[in-house]
Amino acid sequence: MRVPLSWLREYVDLPAGETGRDIQTKLIRAGLEVEGVEQLGADLKGPLVVGQVLAIEELTEFKKPIRYCQVDVGDANGTGEPQNIVCGARNFAVGDKVVVVLPGAVLPGPFPIAARATYGKTSEGMICSARELGMGDDHDGIIVLPPEYEPGTDAIELLELVDEVLDIAVTADRGYCLSMRGVARETAIAYGLPLRDPALIDVPPANAYGPLVKVEDQFGCDRFVARSVVGVDPAAKSPIWMQRRIQKAGMRPISLAVDITNYVMIEMGQPLHAYDRHRVDGAITVRRATPGEKLRTLDGVERTLDAEDLLICDGPSGSRPIGIAGVMGGAGTEIADAVVDPETGEVNGTTEIVIEAAHFAPVSIARSARRHKLPSEAAKRFERGVDPEATKAAAQRAVDLLVLVAGGTAEAGVTDIAAPHPVHSISISADLPDRVAGQEYGRETVVRRLQEVGCTVVGSDVLVVTPPTWRPDLTDPNDLCEEVIRLEGYENLPSTLPNVPAGRGLTEAQRLRRRIGIALASAGQVEVQNYPFIGEAVLDSLGIEAGDPRRATVKIANPISHEEPSLRTTMLPGLLGALHRNVGRGNTDVALFELGRVFRVDGTAETLYQAPRLPVDRRPTEDEIAQLDAALPRQPYRVGAVFAGSRDPQGWWGKATAWTWADAVEAARTVADAAGVELTVRQDQHTPWHPGRCAALYVGEQLVGHAGELHPRVVKAMNLPERTCAMELDLDLLTEGGAAKATGPKISTFPVATQDVALVVDDAVKAADVEAALRAGAGSLLESLRLFDVYRGESLGEGRKSLAYALRFRAADRTLTADEASAARESAVAEATARVGATLRG
Amino acid sequence: MSAPNKSYDPVEVEALKPEEIERLRDEAIAAFAAATGLDALHEAKVAHTGDRSPLALANREIGALPPAAKAAAGKLVGAARGAVNKALAERRVALEAERDARVLVEEAVDVTLPYDRAPRGGRHPLTTFAERLMDVFTAMGYSVAEGPEVEAEWLNFDALNMGPDHPARSTQDTFFLKDADSVVLRTHTSGVQIRSLLAAAEPPVYVICPGRVFRSDELDATHTPVFNQVELLAVDEGLTMADLKGTLDHMVASLFGEGISTRLRPNYFPFTEPSAEMDMVCFVCRGESVGNPDRPCRTCSSEGWIELGGCGMVNPRVLVACGIDPNKYSGFAFGFGIERMLMFRHNVEDMRDIVEGDVRFTLPFGMEI
Ligand SMILES: [Zn+2]
Repeated sequence: MRVPLSWLREYVDLPAGETGRDIQTKLIRAGLEVEGVEQLGADLKGPLVVGQVLAIEELTEFKKPIRYCQVDVGDANGTGEPQNIVCGARNFAVGDKVVVVLPGAVLPGPFPIAARATYGKTSEGMICSARELGMGDDHDGIIVLPPEYEPGTDAIELLELVDEVLDIAVTADRGYCLSMRGVARETAIAYGLPLRDPALIDVPPANAYGPLVKVEDQFGCDRFVARSVVGVDPAAKSPIWMQRRIQKAGMRPISLAVDITNYVMIEMGQPLHAYDRHRVDGAITVRRATPGEKLRTLDGVERTLDAEDLLICDGPSGSRPIGIAGVMGGAGTEIADAVVDPETGEVNGTTEIVIEAAHFAPVSIARSARRHKLPSEAAKRFERGVDPEATKAAAQRAVDLLVLVAGGTAEAGVTDIAAPHPVHSISISADLPDRVAGQEYGRETVVRRLQEVGCTVVGSDVLVVTPPTWRPDLTDPNDLCEEVIRLEGYENLPSTLPNVPAGRGLTEAQRLRRRIGIALASAGQVEVQNYPFIGEAVLDSLGIEAGDPRRATVKIANPISHEEPSLRTTMLPGLLGALHRNVGRGNTDVALFELGRVFRVDGTAETLYQAPRLPVDRRPTEDEIAQLDAALPRQPYRVGAVFAGSRDPQGWWGKATAWTWADAVEAARTVADAAGVELTVRQDQHTPWHPGRCAALYVGEQLVGHAGELHPRVVKAMNLPERTCAMELDLDLLTEGGAAKATGPKISTFPVATQDVALVVDDAVKAADVEAALRAGAGSLLESLRLFDVYRGESLGEGRKSLAYALRFRAADRTLTADEASAARESAVAEATARVGATLRG
Repeated sequence: MSAPNKSYDPVEVEALKPEEIERLRDEAIAAFAAATGLDALHEAKVAHTGDRSPLALANREIGALPPAAKAAAGKLVGAARGAVNKALAERRVALEAERDARVLVEEAVDVTLPYDRAPRGGRHPLTTFAERLMDVFTAMGYSVAEGPEVEAEWLNFDALNMGPDHPARSTQDTFFLKDADSVVLRTHTSGVQIRSLLAAAEPPVYVICPGRVFRSDELDATHTPVFNQVELLAVDEGLTMADLKGTLDHMVASLFGEGISTRLRPNYFPFTEPSAEMDMVCFVCRGESVGNPDRPCRTCSSEGWIELGGCGMVNPRVLVACGIDPNKYSGFAFGFGIERMLMFRHNVEDMRDIVEGDVRFTLPFGMEI
């Protein structure tokens, strides 16, 4: 809502020196979001005057036609002689009144004006367009004024060019502030000044001979006022003051009838509609649409109507729709454009006008506006609630203006159809605002503040409060508390702290995610937070096949990009995208990790996506809560990591070491360590990993993720650095069994006995299996075991490898003898021989 | 001089003449002094104190002396040997010190050689900033609650007093799911607040809800369709707006320093009533840039205040939807975007840097923020 100060002062006698900034501060405190104050004509300086065009010489030797004009500017130029002005516009004729800026003046910009040579003439100033004067940018030509102004009259004042305009973002609850009336009321309260309410005008009582109206749906339309004006001059134009106010309020002047309805809407907040009475057939009828019914709206679009749309109709038994109620009128009954008869010079157009001032159900309007994507000024107001009692005043105001500026005659008929309106009162304890605020206002203040906003208040300890008709948002006790507290000033609230019961800190899962973040970052990886949006293309690049659960994505109906309409089922696309971006920017050695959710529909209920619409006047049952959850996809927490380039760079200490598949597995172990679970690694083949370099990660028998080097085909398809590696773990699965609690080990101070053993096995034998066998065979004396070398060579024979282990034995209660250590070692080797066919390397 | 263990021989006894012993002593001391290194000293040691050295032989010959001469000779030789050993030890200490000094010089390195062998990683500032906030509130006794990012509309909207026709609902730029009924990408973490209320048998409930939320905005320098929010909910007996204000004041003082406080401006949100917009004193200029064109402040655009987000008293209708008696309990709530706070707290100028995952952006923030 844009509020010109000059207009606002019509309703509130603000102190003369009060600036827009001052008012802004006051209104912000009262809860109006005044986003800015526009200074109109701040750098404007005269002389800017009315001129009359005396003569026009057409200059034709230039690329575009140019006019050299003599303009009478009265005494404004000091000489009284006509002013010579070059002008490029053509929308005026000799005798027209125009706006002339003289040398020495400054137009908004700032744009200083001086006499200057142009098109072979000297132009002593300019004939101005609306745009040049900062009035709006919707007119191409220069301004042609009505004939009644004298040349030399100051145009700055005439066009009200200097003003301040408050720009207010009106919140959904304060529909009444989408009007001058509402903002004026808040201003009056904020300044403690009386309000001249524009809706308090004399209105004749309803009678039986007003325009015919039938309201068939009183739930959709609980008030319908109709008036008529005849003898309207179709040639009449909106007066300058009205056009200027409409412009400053952010709308465009269009035609007299439309301007008047818009003007009254801005003034009172009541949307109006003007019909050409000759084009309305029979009674105006309010009813719901029949499905499939069609209507061409004012914007020229033919719309198929929905059974829920509330319509304004005419014709036999209201069969012809002529507007979507409160949203937009139809093209058929619109006020006709004035047309000048070329023979007679007579102006033809609408001469009889029916004014509609109705009140429609907000929900119905909101739905229709959304359904037809018509967020009109009228719909915006109805949706937020308008004052049903302002209908008669608004209709009267429109009638008065048609009489005043269009020479019309008001007809005596007044139609006013009103559904019975229950009075809605709210009972609140007089100290409720005190208890909500945590500050004592006292009953008197509470009552006074509520009365200021227009409420009727009775009672002492318990107040029975009836909100004014323009405040449909005041429905609950807390709404009334807010009125009191905001008017008493939020800035005056004390600052206290509640007694929060002792807490237990973070949950295990939350602490774990922190540990993982710290551990991976300490290991040289950088955390990223990627968007969870993916498309089919990336799944194709990853080689994920149809039927893979990662292909079953949750799809967004209105995605940001149609290339990426789905939610991620794996962490890899985002991570690899970020990796690619980093490499592209020259960060070629990069390891990234991300913690976040993936979205999976595998393993979900049949009622996926079918969330019940539950009531809000009670707590949902446990069963209903379960139904809500069953409508959601699974959203497990995952950690992913990707690696490319060098882990440690080449330096004076030696060569670079590349990130490898082993680092990806190591990252998984780091996560598992942080989680306090033991990870088992098994060889696997899993897209998108390299079929020979893919580790499946298990906790017990539960598969929790994969790690390794990516498939070369994937690397190529995604344009990644060669040998890019990746890891992905499901944290929910990883921690399903809970963390093992560390038990304090008993530290033996007896000496360690170290024994090395080199075992030759088939290449296909996995190191993990050899290790498991050694551990099992070595028994309880084994303290630790470490693989320190893997060797392949001719001496071993084709397809064989040697694994060298360092075994450390120690007893808790004695120094081991050489025989004991050797026996344990032999037992370990025997087990390896038995399980994996290992032989001691000779 | 002769071999040991010979029988008494008067000729050899002459070797124990004092002058001779003193000469041997002086020769040994001179030899040690002349040794320039530990190896040379070792040779001199063998020559002058070894088993076959003259002084050792002389010592052995004492036994062959007549008993009357033994004492004097023993004293004489003993003193000489003592002096020789002392000289040897001193020389060794001196030579070892010399050697150590030389080796340490030889082993010196250029410690300014760059050593970035194990490049460090870093955590995302959005993560660490959210953690910092959580720490402020867990220290006050709050717990951290989390919930799903794909959420039922009832939890994201309806229960928050945003019915299907509520005008505020259409302004939330919601991502809807295809072929789904009443399931959306959550537009705020408020659904988690509702879940917390539903999960609690009875208040008090004090929770903070961090998490990712979604609005269908295009990514630009100040907007992102995916962002992080922190919301707080307190429901208990007798909670007031003053408690809300105090909690906010405590939070901004914890994050931005002592003396930084908040102000509330009336606003409208369906889920709170009364509702407010919260601002904090600019932590850079502390308001001193206002009306002071000589000292403009970029952080607050010389407004003196920085907008944080929305807050208010929990709308009693929300409590009713969660089965909590609004006549017995009241609550307050607030929420704000972490990206925005990160941007002004750390002078991040472009939202895109936060979301694109460039390691150069994240690394300077380290492990904590
Ligand atoms: Zn500042």
